[in-house]
Amino acid sequence: MTTAAAFPASSGAAARSQGVWSAAWRRLRADRVGVVAMVVVVLALALVVATGLGLVGADWQREVGVPNAPPHFMGPAPPEAIGTIAAPKGPDVDLSDVDPLAPRYQEWAERALRYKTAATTRAETLPLGGDNLGRDVWKKALKGAQVSITVGVLASLVATLIGTGLGAVSGFFGAKVGDLLEWVYNVFTAMPSILLIFAFAAVFGRGVLPVVMILALTGWTGTYRLIRAEFMKHRVREYVRSAEAIGASRFSRMFRHILPNVSHVALVQLSLYVVSFIKYEVILSYLGLGVSVDQVSWGTMLSEAQSELLLGYWWQLAVVTAMMVVFVTAFSLFTDALRDALDPKLRGLE
Amino acid sequence: MAAYVIRRLWQMIPTLLGVVLLVFFLFKWFGNDPAEVLGGLNASPEQIQVIRDQLGLNKPVLDQLLIFLRQVVTLDWGRSWATNEAVAHLFATRLPATLTLMVPILFLQVLLAIPFGLTVAYLRGTLVDRTVMILATVAVSISLLVYVIVFQYLFAFRLGWFPVQGWSDSFWTNLTNYSLLPIVVQVVVALSPYTRLYRTFFLDEIGHDYVRTARAKGLSERVILLKHVMRNAMIPILTNISVALPDIFVGSFLLEVFFSIPGLGRETLLAVNRGDYPVIQAFAIYIAALTMVINLATDLLYRLVDPRVVLK
Repeated sequence: MTTAAAFPASSGAAARSQGVWSAAWRRLRADRVGVVAMVVVVLALALVVATGLGLVGADWQREVGVPNAPPHFMGPAPPEAIGTIAAPKGPDVDLSDVDPLAPRYQEWAERALRYKTAATTRAETLPLGGDNLGRDVWKKALKGAQVSITVGVLASLVATLIGTGLGAVSGFFGAKVGDLLEWVYNVFTAMPSILLIFAFAAVFGRGVLPVVMILALTGWTGTYRLIRAEFMKHRVREYVRSAEAIGASRFSRMFRHILPNVSHVALVQLSLYVVSFIKYEVILSYLGLGVSVDQVSWGTMLSEAQSELLLGYWWQLAVVTAMMVVFVTAFSLFTDALRDALDPKLRGLE
Repeated sequence: MAAYVIRRLWQMIPTLLGVVLLVFFLFKWFGNDPAEVLGGLNASPEQIQVIRDQLGLNKPVLDQLLIFLRQVVTLDWGRSWATNEAVAHLFATRLPATLTLMVPILFLQVLLAIPFGLTVAYLRGTLVDRTVMILATVAVSISLLVYVIVFQYLFAFRLGWFPVQGWSDSFWTNLTNYSLLPIVVQVVVALSPYTRLYRTFFLDEIGHDYVRTARAKGLSERVILLKHVMRNAMIPILTNISVALPDIFVGSFLLEVFFSIPGLGRETLLAVNRGDYPVIQAFAIYIAALTMVINLATDLLYRLVDPRVVLK
């Protein structure tokens, strides 16, 4: 940003932004915590893509273990003590002459033999335990991670696009357009976000795409405000006036000249969104306003985990929580590092 | 002062109008047909038509908007489609439970985060500081949901320290019995981000020249921190409280759902699940107005804390 402003007359926009980004990359690489967090985030995203392509966890719906199979390290669950049913004491009466179905038993038995049934052996224990249907919790959590993270990332992208677009227009043009957009912004921030989300959820319904739209349409305001402020600052800078003087159109000034110089703001905001949207998706899915019932996400898993916990089956809760902690912590740390790298002035503020 | 308050109240009108328009068109364009929701699955086309006439859905959109605006201005929201209860009454009876939860949460989390933040800021760079910051980062990553599930299981179900969930008619029982666990959950959840944030505020102030001057003239650390630094840090803290108030609504909404507390949040969620539009619309507008009034009140509080602030 500062480099770009300091050399308004240097070569093309591409070369200038290259300088900013490579400097940021150098700073990011120097940040040890940031690098570790970035590696974790990249690995997690690779896992999400692999799950999405069906390379990992595609068979998460197969019921491979006994219901609520414990994790390997706990050993199989002790057999439940079921009292045997006492054998009836009276004489064994032959009912075949009064049983109206008796003549057909033979026929049915023959027909049943024509179908092949294979007895599946269900595992007593699974690597990280099983859910109430005996599905592998680890694979389920991978699939859930795919849905939750996809929702978080997609919604952040859409929210950032909306926020950046509106913020750019509002900050660049100002005047009537700016006032109108400011009013829209005030309206959207007048309500607590959860209420706005509930209201949007009431009309949009369930599923991955509706949740993405709900979160994006209610969450764009943060980016809007920041981008607007940046555009107001930049539109009077010399490099933009010079571009205007040589006849650059409004569109070109907004998106070819100013946007590359403020995009780091949007990028940091984007990664902040990912964390908060993932958390919101979890809560929406738990409340039944999130992904549809035939899908699995961290939120739906946690809602199952609540009743499982009462019965002592804690592993689904533990696996989902652990996965979420690792991903969200890594992503937050990565965001911090990214912000420090892109905007060194902010370093040490938090 | 009075002029300022009046101007601020005046400025709320366009925003509130916007909220009304947003809510109206959101449900008009994207929502299901209210007549079909009301009529149920077995309604005949004629019955649907009758309901549409009754609700005025066959009138032009502009007329419908005017009817809605008149409802808003006269505070007559009609009745809930699901329970036929007057919406205004519904709101009035659900607000106390939300406030019983929200007000203690607000005070407790701020009052606890201030000493925590100050201590960590004072110990900046030490092992304690770094440990607390790492713990806070991890703690923030865990969903509120997990805290609720684990706390409910451990402290209510296993140890029996609190009731698992419930609510009564007596305010005192609610405050000292049923709302305790939700309050504890929310305060614990909010403590890490608040401590982190307040630490930043205090660090900002500790770096200022007046602190060095105070040290130079021999004031004790106690006086410097508790009198000089604290007073100045109250400004960003108050700003943060006013920004965070909607978040407390969020927390309180979710806690109401998890702990079956008959407050605004649970009612809104019920309305969402039932497609009970009058309730959602009215609640959205009420709460927007409430949030704006609270924001105004915090702005007025600035003046109390900092005489340098000029309201304009």
